[in-house]
Formats: sequence, C-alpha cells, structure tokens
Amino acid sequence: MNRQIIELVSWRLASAVVTLLIVSFTIFLATMMLPGDVAQILLGQAATPEAVAGLRKAMHLDEPAIFQFLKWLGGLASGDLGRSYANNMPIAALIGGRLANSLKLAAATTAIAVPLALTLGITSAINRNSLYDRIISGLTIAVISVPEFLLATLAVLVFAVYLRWLPALSLANETKTFADLLRVYALPVITLTFGVSAQMIRMTRAAVIETLNTPYVEMAMLKGASRRRKVLWHALPNALGPIVNAIALSLSYLLGGVIIVETIFSYPGIAKLMVDAVSTRDLPLIQSCAMIFCVGYLVLVTIADIIAIVSNPRLRT
Amino acid sequence: MANIVEVRNLKVEAVTDAGRVVTIIDDVSFDIADGEIVALIGESGSGKTTIALTLMGYARPGCRISGGSVKLGAHDMAGLGESECARVRGIEVAYIPQSAAAAFNPAHTIMDQVIEVVRIHRLMPLRDARAKAIELFKALALPHPETIGERYPHQVSGGQLQRLAAAMALIGDPKLIIFDEPTTALDVTTQIEVLRAFKSVMQGKKIAGVYVSHDLAVVAQMADRIIVLKGGTIQEAGATEQIIKRPGHPYTQALINAVEPALFAGVNAKEEAAKPPLMEVSNLYAGYGGFLDKGLPRLLAVKHVDLRVPAGHNLGIIGESGCGKSTLARAIAGLLPAVTGNILLEGKALAPYARHRSREQLRQIQIVFQSADTALNPSKSVSEILERPLLFYHGMTRRDRAKRVGELLDMVKLPRGLGNRRPSELSGGQKQRVNFARALAADPKLILCDEITSALDTVVAAAVIDLLKELQRELGLSYIFISHDLSTVRAICNDVAVMYAGEKVEQTSPDKIGQAGGHPYSRLLFDSVPKLDQGWLDSLKQDEALIEAYAVR
Amino acid sequence: MTTDTVSPGRRVSYRFNKIGLMSLCIILAWALVAFLAPLLAPYPVGKIVNFEFYAPMSAKFWMGTDYLGRDMLSRVLMGARYTVGISLVAVALACFMGVALGMMAAVLGGWIDTVLSRLMDALISIPSKLFGLVVVAGLGSSIPVLILTLAVIYTPGSYRFARALAVNINAMDYVVVARARGEGLGYLVRSEILPNITGPVLADFGLRFVFIVLLLSGLSFLGLGVQPPFADWGALVRENLGGLSLGAPAVVFPSLAIATLTISVNLLIDNLPRKIRDQGA
Repeated sequence: MNRQIIELVSWRLASAVVTLLIVSFTIFLATMMLPGDVAQILLGQAATPEAVAGLRKAMHLDEPAIFQFLKWLGGLASGDLGRSYANNMPIAALIGGRLANSLKLAAATTAIAVPLALTLGITSAINRNSLYDRIISGLTIAVISVPEFLLATLAVLVFAVYLRWLPALSLANETKTFADLLRVYALPVITLTFGVSAQMIRMTRAAVIETLNTPYVEMAMLKGASRRRKVLWHALPNALGPIVNAIALSLSYLLGGVIIVETIFSYPGIAKLMVDAVSTRDLPLIQSCAMIFCVGYLVLVTIADIIAIVSNPRLRT
Repeated sequence: MANIVEVRNLKVEAVTDAGRVVTIIDDVSFDIADGEIVALIGESGSGKTTIALTLMGYARPGCRISGGSVKLGAHDMAGLGESECARVRGIEVAYIPQSAAAAFNPAHTIMDQVIEVVRIHRLMPLRDARAKAIELFKALALPHPETIGERYPHQVSGGQLQRLAAAMALIGDPKLIIFDEPTTALDVTTQIEVLRAFKSVMQGKKIAGVYVSHDLAVVAQMADRIIVLKGGTIQEAGATEQIIKRPGHPYTQALINAVEPALFAGVNAKEEAAKPPLMEVSNLYAGYGGFLDKGLPRLLAVKHVDLRVPAGHNLGIIGESGCGKSTLARAIAGLLPAVTGNILLEGKALAPYARHRSREQLRQIQIVFQSADTALNPSKSVSEILERPLLFYHGMTRRDRAKRVGELLDMVKLPRGLGNRRPSELSGGQKQRVNFARALAADPKLILCDEITSALDTVVAAAVIDLLKELQRELGLSYIFISHDLSTVRAICNDVAVMYAGEKVEQTSPDKIGQAGGHPYSRLLFDSVPKLDQGWLDSLKQDEALIEAYAVR
Repeated sequence: MTTDTVSPGRRVSYRFNKIGLMSLCIILAWALVAFLAPLLAPYPVGKIVNFEFYAPMSAKFWMGTDYLGRDMLSRVLMGARYTVGISLVAVALACFMGVALGMMAAVLGGWIDTVLSRLMDALISIPSKLFGLVVVAGLGSSIPVLILTLAVIYTPGSYRFARALAVNINAMDYVVVARARGEGLGYLVRSEILPNITGPVLADFGLRFVFIVLLLSGLSFLGLGVQPPFADWGALVRENLGGLSLGAPAVVFPSLAIATLTISVNLLIDNLPRKIRDQGA
C-alpha cells in the first residue's frame, strides 16, 4: 500500500458517503410525495380533525421537511428505524428476519452465478468466434432480453407444472429437511442465476477480449506462449478490475431481480416486504427498505472500485 | 557463410474494412547470412514490419501470408501451424518491439517477463535464468542490474525498458533478433545509449538481426546491408555503404536528401530584430494540477520563459519530451492559462484565458497540432472544416467562403476536388496540409506549429516544410515552430530556443547551435542527432558528465 | 515524388448483415403494429367475444382467447401500442436529457460537471425497479407518470455513457482548435462533439429501450404499470397467468411478443453496420 492508493481509496469512500446522503434525501423526498395524509390514514376516515391534528403534532409531521429528514437520518444512524404505520411494530423487528431471508437468497445465487459466469465468460473469450462462443453469446442475449418474470414463469412452467419437481411457491418457514430447503430455494435461485449470469458472462468476455488485444499479449505470443498462458498469466491479471466491476454491476441486478422473484414465489424476503409496504403506504417501512437496497448497491460498487484501485499494478511500488 | 534466413517470393494479403482483399507485400525475396544485420527501411505503409513479423510465422490480425516461403534455419515459417511456430519463437527468433512500454505486461515484474521464454520452453533452471538475465542487464549497461528485475515496468524509464526488452529477446539465445523500430519512441540523447548497448551485444554474440526502421541515419550505424522498401515491394538492396553513398534508386536518393535538410536562409536577423516585435513573452510560468500556496501549480511545466518574435520571423523551440515546449504553445494560445507573466501581441497584453480574449486577438494567433488524425473533425468534409473560421472570424457569405476554400486549397497545394472528402479519405500529408490551411483561413499573423511534421514520413515532412517557407514569403507570416527534431527546426527558423526542464536554456541562430561556447545541453542535443555516416556512433565522444546531468535515461 | 498514400478500405458501407436485417425487420414490424393497431385488430379490443376462456389457437381466434374470453390477437396488437409507444417516448426523453447534460458536463467541466455527476451517481444507485415501485405507487399509475418515471430512471445511465464519450472527444485536437478559435458551448457540443458520438449513442439508445421495455413489463406484471381495462404485454402476461398450467396461448403470446422485440433490438445492436457503429467511436 502506498500513499497514492490510500488517497484514491479514501476519495472513493468519501464520494460513496456523499452519494448515500443524496440518495437518502431523494428517497425521503420521494416518499414525502406519496399522497394522502398519514395521520388521516392511521386514524381512518371517521376521525375528528382535532384528533388528526394531535397525531400530526405527536408524529412531528407539522415540522418543516428538512427537520423531519434530519431526525429520520439521525434515527437511521443510531439504528432506530422508527415504527411501522400499518401494524405499529418496530421496523427493525419487521425487517430483521426478512433481510436475512433475502441475503440467503442472494448468497446462494452469488455462490452459483459468479463461478459459472466467470468460467463461461473466460472460456468463450479464449475460444472467440468458435461455435461454443456463438452458442453462449446467443443464449446470453436471449436471457438478458427477457424480463425476470418471464424467466420465473418459464421456470415454474418447466419445473413445477410439467416436471412437478419443485413447488411453485417458496415459503421459507416450511423447511424441515435439507431436501425441503433445496426445493424451496431452487426456483428463485435458478431464476436469479440466469439473469445475473447472462450479464456477467457478456461483460467478462468483453473485458478479457479487450486485454487479449493489447501489445503485451502479442509480445507474449511472439515469445512462444501458449493460448492458455496468454489468457491466464497475461490477460487475466489485467482484466481483474473490469471483471470485478462486471461482477458488482451484475450482482446489483439482483437487487432489482429479487423484487420480481420474491413476489412471484411469495418468498418472505425484504423485497416482498417492501412491495407489501407500498400497497399499504407504510411510509417509514418503505423508506427503510429503500435505504437498504441503495446501501446494498453502493457497497457493491464501492467494493468493486476499491478492488480495481488496489489491483491496478501501475499503482504498486 | 550459410544463410540463416531465406525469403522467397513472399506475398502477404490483408482484408480491408470493406472486405476487399489487397496485397500488402508482393514478391519479396532476400537472404540473411549468419551473424549479419540486415535493415528493412521504408516509410509507413511500406510493409517493413509486416515482413519482419513473417520471419516469426506471424501476421497481424486481418493479414495472411498467402504465398512464398520464409526459411528460418530448417523451418519454413510460412507453412508452420500456430503451435509449431510457438516452439520456434523465443528460442530461434526473438522480437524487440517499438514500444517496450506497451509490450511489457504491467501486472508482472520485469524479471518474470524477461525469463518467461525460459519458462515457456523449459530451457534451464529458473535460478540460472535469473543469473543469465542479470549478466544481460550488465552487458546492456542497465543501472542496478542486480535489482532492476524486481521492479514493475512502469517504474523504469523508456530507454531502460527498451534495453530490458533486448534482454528479454536475448535470454533464449536466438539465432535471429528482429528489432522493430526500437528507438523511434525515444529522445535522441537516450537513443544513443540504447543503440550503443544493442550494437555491443550483437557484435559480442554474433547474432543475426533484422533492423526495421524509417531512419536511415540510425540504420547506418547498425546494419551491414540495407533493403529499401516501398508499397510492399523491394526498391533496392545493397551493402550499407553503397546505399548511403551511391544510391541506385531515385526513391533511396529522396530518402537520403530528406535526412539533412539545408539550413534556413531567411531574412537577416539583425535588422529585423530592431523592429517592434510581433509577439513578446516575458517571465511566463505555466503548469498543471491544483495550485500550491504560492499561487504556483502543482506541476510546473514552464518556468520563467522570455521570448521575442519579430514580425516575419520564425522562432524554433526545441527540446526533448517533457521539456515544456508544448505547454508553452498552449499558454500562448490561451488554452492553458499562464500563471504569471505577460504575453504581448503587437505590444498589447493578452488575457491568460482564450475565452477572455477578443475575437480579433484570437484570429491573429492560430495553432496547428502534431497529429492531423486528431486535429480534423472526422465527421466533417474538408470544405466544412475550412469554412468555419471564414464564417467565424470574417463572417463571409456562402459564395465567398466557397471561393476562399478553393484558394486555400491552392495555397497548400491540394487539388480543389478534395473539398468534398472527409479526413479519413486523405493521406497523412494531405491531412496536415488541410490542418494548416484551416489556420491560414483565419488570416493570422502568427502560427504556432506544435510538432507538425513529427508524425509524417521524412519525404512528406520535407515537402510540408518547403510549403511553410513558401507561404511565409507570400503572406508575411511568423511561425513559432516547436519540435524535438533539431534538423527540422534548423531548416525553417531564424532563431532557435532550446528548452530543458521547463526553462529556456539558450536562444541562438540555427548555425550557431551546438557550437563550442554554447550551453552544454544544446551541445549534447546537437551531438546526439545521428549522422548519415557509418562511423558516427563508434567515433562519437560525449562528455559523460554532460550525459549524466541532462539525458533522461 | 510523393510517398504519401491513403490507407485502403476506409470507404465502408451501410449494409446490414443477415441477422441485423432480420432484427431490423422485426422491430419495424412491431413499430408498424403499434402505429396501426386499431386498424389491424380483428375484434374490438375490450369486448368478450367467446364463451370459452383460455381458448386454444383456432382459425377464428389466432392466438386463442384470454381469461375473460377476449380475442388475444387483438389484445396483443393493441398491447404493442402501449409497450412500444410508452417505451419509445420514455427512452427518447431519457437519452435526450442524458446526452445533452452529458455533453454539457464534459465540455464545461469544473463544478457543473462535478455537481451533475454526483447527482447522477446518486440517482443511479437507486435500483430501477424500486424507484419505479415507489413513484408509481405514490403518484398512481397513469401513462404520463409511467413515461416520466421511466425517463428519469434511465437518464443517469445515458448521461454517464454520453459524458464518457464526450470527454474523449473533448480532448481531441480538433475540439482544442475550436476552443482556441473562440467557439462557444453551443457550437462545440452541436458541431464538434455530437456528430462524433452518434454511433455509440444510437447503440446505447437501443440498449436503454430494451431496459425500459423490460422495466415497464415488470411493473405491469406487478400490477403497477398500465392499468386495466388497457393492457401492455407485461399486463397481458399477468392477467392470463392463471392459464399457465393449462398451457394457454393467452400467456405464451404476450411473452413471445416481448421476447421477439427485445431480442431483436439486442441483436440489431450487436450487428449494426460498421459505418454506424464506428461513427466517432
């Protein structure tokens, strides 16, 4: 580690924090725009105006937006996410288990998708323009062109309806045996893996091909290096930054993908919670869920950028 | 003496973007004897690198060896498959690229890459390979031979990398080494070191070589025989002495003439200098990056420079890469604001930023850049490019503009029909003429020429210089002519300023530069320019202390 | 004697290859359908014309009938109007804003660039579906709201893409020469930069169109997109999901419609003629 790297990394971290602040403000504003008076909703149509005004005061809804924002931000920072309007439970309690479920889903998908995509991406770059490469390219184009809900319905159609191997719904709390666990996770994970991998394969292939076209790889060939050596020793270390970036961007696709997948399979994760919160206009819950998604995205891309900085050989001493 | 290389009727084809097949090398035959160094000389597009690469059984993507044979020892490289070629590469024939900086992999240490050939072909234990590499580093006069291998490529200088690339080629004890313009990207003072190192190693080991270059003077130092190429065919071949002293082919003669152009015989400097100057620069500082406390930029590229350009005079600015000469031009043009100092045009001060200058002030100073490829907007036609300044500065009507574009094309000696073409449909020399015509369209008094001939082949560059001189006589222009090439500057300038590390170290007339009594750096620069004389490199005596002080190794 | 030559083969054609041509035809066909839908539909779109729901394909109902017994062919043709129309307007808005701001940021640099880029970075880190979910849920789903939301979601991506291209062009000597000449922002952007990034921007336009079609379909699938009685292709899939286990054509055809459109656009981008793709790249 030298000074330049530390400088670049801290700059990157600082800009992530700034971005997060802007994002949180945007989310706050967006949810403030949701129509309907919260106090009115909570108390129902029959409530007297006095009661509504009282509740508004109690909930600080009468204060300027900026104070409400700062209060909310302060709460987030100290771990107090507020209470849900819909059932008056602490949001932290609502989210806890759901978040874990979603993370399990994401982890399982990542564990399968990343090795799969890297292998397919790199091998198709090595065998560029071969039949193998063309088949992979064709398949990935087909998959990235199709909405997740179609992938999911297709998976249900094949595995649950025709083959009857797997249940169409994934209620995570019904798992007793390992086989049950597999059956519950299989469909959502398959669907997400397809979507995530297709992106990653395309980007990895492009990154490796770009480095294979550099003068130092040509030089390696003129030294008599084999194709394997050119790719593994010469191209890959230099393609690391772009590949990590590809992984991060593809995984961030998970964040959007889970919204559809959890809904379709009724999987009790945070995205399902959020979709439900939207339908009940549960403001604090929506805000918290949205923040979790954005933080997830920022963490991913920031880690990718930092890996790219640290792995850049030109910054080594 | 046996021949190590025998090339017979070599033909190489390339597929163009439009899918047409063109022959880029046609019916080339030559031999290389054991231990002999043969130069392939020619300009861009002559096919010299393509021929050299066929000796390794390689054709760049889009190209294909379509006929003839390339015998290297017992192998016919033209007929071998990819994996058979791989077995020969690195141990029988090795390659030194033009840009070692690009050919070294940034992700691995230099030593790992130098001994990679040993690893690939399993030649010897790695410990022995490292010891051998260090011996080679010593033979190539590299500093810190014991430890330089532990560094990464970006941590050593260009001249050192070029020699390290030679070590990389020599490690497998090849019978033939291909030098592909190995010093073209280097400054002249660095080039000497590298050439010396190459020469001593090649003589010591008696290895045969192919030296690809466009520079006759450099080739004269290295090669036993010279093959002159043009358009993919051999024009003339012969011993080095015969080629440079008694060239048989008119094309060879043209190449030789272009090496040492005549000194500029312009107006007498003395009487003109008395007139009020057109441009006067005093105490100029400029640089990049954020500002430090004292109001100076973090990276100061130009320090305390004074210049004076009398009307109708040309001032040459010469220096090696990183000396601040281009920054100076940008500061004068207002593209990079000067931090302090005055820029006076006909006695009136100019604002540091171009956007704060009046349109009339902007019109009088035009700038022309080195690479015509990036200096012309590829999506516009030549007429559109030339018409814009006419409209912008002179507000001409459509018909006047069309008429003037015709005149401008005449001035730079381009056919008027070229007006409808796009830059991509022009040759390098034509592009540079259009580039220059755009500056002329403004009717300027001063043109800043930033390395405008550097990207051109020598013969084409000489023609552009002639054109510049002629236009100056007709239009009474002044040039500030920036270049790294001393002979070009001497061919066109009344006065030459030498820059080193951001400062002007000397200003003198072109015939006095490099003479005794001048600044030591000017002398070093002058001595380092290769001469068209076979004995030049061997007989050159340079002051070690001088090189130590000034050359960027 | 001139030794100066023009490199061969610079004149390249606008000709499409086979895959590109096929994709272009499919895209144009869908565009035509979107335009002429009411004329092409064999039955009134919202009308129940058959007692049998989820009817199979027949000579009378080419794509069968839906869950209420409406003619699927008419509904898919009308759906094209929503899916293609909304997406096209949204992508045009997004790319216009993104490219204009991106070029401006690249040319002006300084604090304007910094502020715009930070803002776009922040916007881009909100997952697109989530953004759509919140806004559409909040403001209710109408076609103008959908279009604006989709446009806002995809502006930052377009901005980043265009800015990166423009920064490269901005460093070219011909732009520097134009600056030294004294040209203003408008000329630099319009005449020097835009013509040299059109190829990649066009490809990006296509890519973003696919994203928008996918997001719109996804929102409609969640019931947050185009509202009944109207339906785009995503909504058609949702409506007829019950027919999935029956293998009803009512759920297959809207899915196929989405897939043919998006795959065609992606294939077209990958097979654009060199001349267009390299325009300024």
